Amino acid sequence: MSESMGVKTLIIDGQELSARAGQTILEVARENEINIPTLCHLEGLSNVGACRLCLVEIKGSNKLLPACVANIHEGMEVVTNSERLKKHRLVILELLFAERNHICAVCVSNGHCELQALAQELGLTHISLPYRNPALTVDASHERFTADHNRCILCMRCVRACAEIEGAHIWDVMGRGIDSIVITDLHDDWGSSACTRCGKCVQCCPTGALFDKSKIGSDHPKYPDFLPYLNLMREAR
Amino acid sequence: MSQGADRLREALEKAAGASDKNVLVRRTGCMGPCSSGPLVRVDPEEHLYHHVKADNADAIVASLGGPPVPELQCDLNDHFDRQVRVVLENAGYIDPEKIDDYIGRDGYKALLTALTEMTPNGVIHRITESGLRGRGGGGYPTGLKWGTVAKASGELKYVVCNGDEGDPGAFMDRSVMEGDPHRVIEGMAIAAYAVGASKGFIYVRAEYPVAVSRLTTAIREARRRGLLGNGICNTPFNFDVEIRLGAGAFVCGEETALLASVEGRRGTPRTRPPYPAVSGLFGKPTLLNNVETYANIAPIVRNGGKWFANMGSERSKGTKVFALTGKIANTGLVEVPMGIKLREIIEVIGGGVPGGHTFKAVQTGGPSGGCIPAEMLDLGVSYDALMAVGSIMGSGGMIVMDDTSCMVNVAKFFVEFCMTESCGKCIPCRAGTAQMFTLLTRICDGKGTMDDLDLLISLCETIKETSLCGLGMTAPNPVLSTIKYFRNEYIEHIVHKRCPAGVCNIEAPVAVSAEVLA
Repeated sequence: MSESMGVKTLIIDGQELSARAGQTILEVARENEINIPTLCHLEGLSNVGACRLCLVEIKGSNKLLPACVANIHEGMEVVTNSERLKKHRLVILELLFAERNHICAVCVSNGHCELQALAQELGLTHISLPYRNPALTVDASHERFTADHNRCILCMRCVRACAEIEGAHIWDVMGRGIDSIVITDLHDDWGSSACTRCGKCVQCCPTGALFDKSKIGSDHPKYPDFLPYLNLMREAR
Repeated sequence: MSQGADRLREALEKAAGASDKNVLVRRTGCMGPCSSGPLVRVDPEEHLYHHVKADNADAIVASLGGPPVPELQCDLNDHFDRQVRVVLENAGYIDPEKIDDYIGRDGYKALLTALTEMTPNGVIHRITESGLRGRGGGGYPTGLKWGTVAKASGELKYVVCNGDEGDPGAFMDRSVMEGDPHRVIEGMAIAAYAVGASKGFIYVRAEYPVAVSRLTTAIREARRRGLLGNGICNTPFNFDVEIRLGAGAFVCGEETALLASVEGRRGTPRTRPPYPAVSGLFGKPTLLNNVETYANIAPIVRNGGKWFANMGSERSKGTKVFALTGKIANTGLVEVPMGIKLREIIEVIGGGVPGGHTFKAVQTGGPSGGCIPAEMLDLGVSYDALMAVGSIMGSGGMIVMDDTSCMVNVAKFFVEFCMTESCGKCIPCRAGTAQMFTLLTRICDGKGTMDDLDLLISLCETIKETSLCGLGMTAPNPVLSTIKYFRNEYIEHIVHKRCPAGVCNIEAPVAVSAEVLA
């Protein structure tokens, strides 16, 4: 196949764009500075298409597609920001805020939280759904890090980072539905698990669910940008 | 097995042994009408006895060769006459643990025909011609799916059977696996030949131990006869089947979750594409069909695609097995041609609503189907017609409700099921079903407001459109359909704080009379 065969043209939000075959809608949109909100997606990790915030409309289909996993094809017309999508995104964010106990004022990630930033960006002003206020635990058994399940949005970035990048796979999911929870090993304390203390999961966590103990009460920005770089260097070897 | 049938069989065998008549007592799979069980049929006279107890055994054996036992005779002519049996053609005629019984009723003839007289493409063509659509609920054209897997590149391909029937009140697949297991194996073998696979898996839920043991026996028998294994029927075709047990998760009926579970991973769905037809089990092209779909294959290959396409409605061909449950006289399994009116299934075949109550609604398609009101009973049953009224065909559950059912409570019940069975992967289904349940509980408790109702509808729309898999996409169906067709019941609960059916336990509101206000 010649190189020109691998180039596709498509339209995103009215802009005519070219892209390489095999790219996802999200990759093409971001390369062209078109913003599509995401939470479970993180560059450097596999995609699971679970948060449903990156859903986009495709002309000619009534079905919404997750931009993080949907591949582009020649001539496709994508709409990333219709009224219908905006409404769904707000409801999904509302569902997240009402699901567990997200109290920004006392959160270590206040000001550096992806969930909070998205709520501000998308204009979520209030929660009309009833708060569930579940009774959840905090696992502070690890010498360096803490897992606060009250703030977890089950994006599974920690699970993927630990399994795919660190290769330790100590994080996984227990239970199902609304009772799902991320666990370390076979639901042991994080401190007594097979954790390698690398801290990748903490840097990947979009909220204050996983945090560095040394940062309690202080500014806790996270830097997941090392992931694509790490992958690049590994591939180069 | 159930209702003392085992004891009855022993008693019949004993009575037959003691008698000097030449009697063969035979166990069969389910005949259909559960509410009349246990059933005994006397051949060749075709006398059908219902509610038979072990004590009746002597009387039945004594009557053989003469007039039937009057007090046991049942009249289920209306029930049986309107049915067309394809999937259930052997139900009540064969012993599920005897391969000879199956072979005696044209069993494995279709496999032999396919292997010795047809090309794989010819088989696919015949299935396409029949118009068969997936019986698990999706209604995807079976021939098209087979063609896709056949065209997929790769040496190794798999054929998987979905026997993870999880809908409450549904037992179609169970009955087929328990009553006619060879039919499923034959269908899978033909499918494997058509798509070029040599390995198959049957995924059965562990809650069906009888189905598992009968399938195990059937696989062993088929291997022994050279109908599974290497060089089947002296042709170069190799195929074998293994059973995998599900551990009780409803979501594992979703195809990608099922494949994850077969692989030994957590049973959660993934986004499609790639579809299993291209990248399925262990990343290989995989054909995944439901039990009932495979059960239709042998008769189609035997009788031709046109024969099948002549039954049913325009876009839904053939027959469909339904599990009739709830407030209906003849509960049990029925098999009817597609396009038949709901009214005929419920009032004639099902015998109507018993106890002098009036029919209120029928819910089709399991927990995520919609409730169809009495005004729509003349609807012909097909994939598209059910979809158009806000329900689904699903796998074929049919739950009948009468005037003692509160529709808000019914919606709450099904939403609770979907909530506890959600895998928790995507947000709309995980948190959305829980919020639907909270709002419905409020309304049922008489604490709901009209704002809650609007919120509920808005939430339903988002869950329906944004969920990752079919579980979430269809979970709002019972809520939306009851709000659409029984809105007055919601209003009664919210505004007047009363439950018209008297099901919900609403505390009497504090009476505020005009005098107090004045």
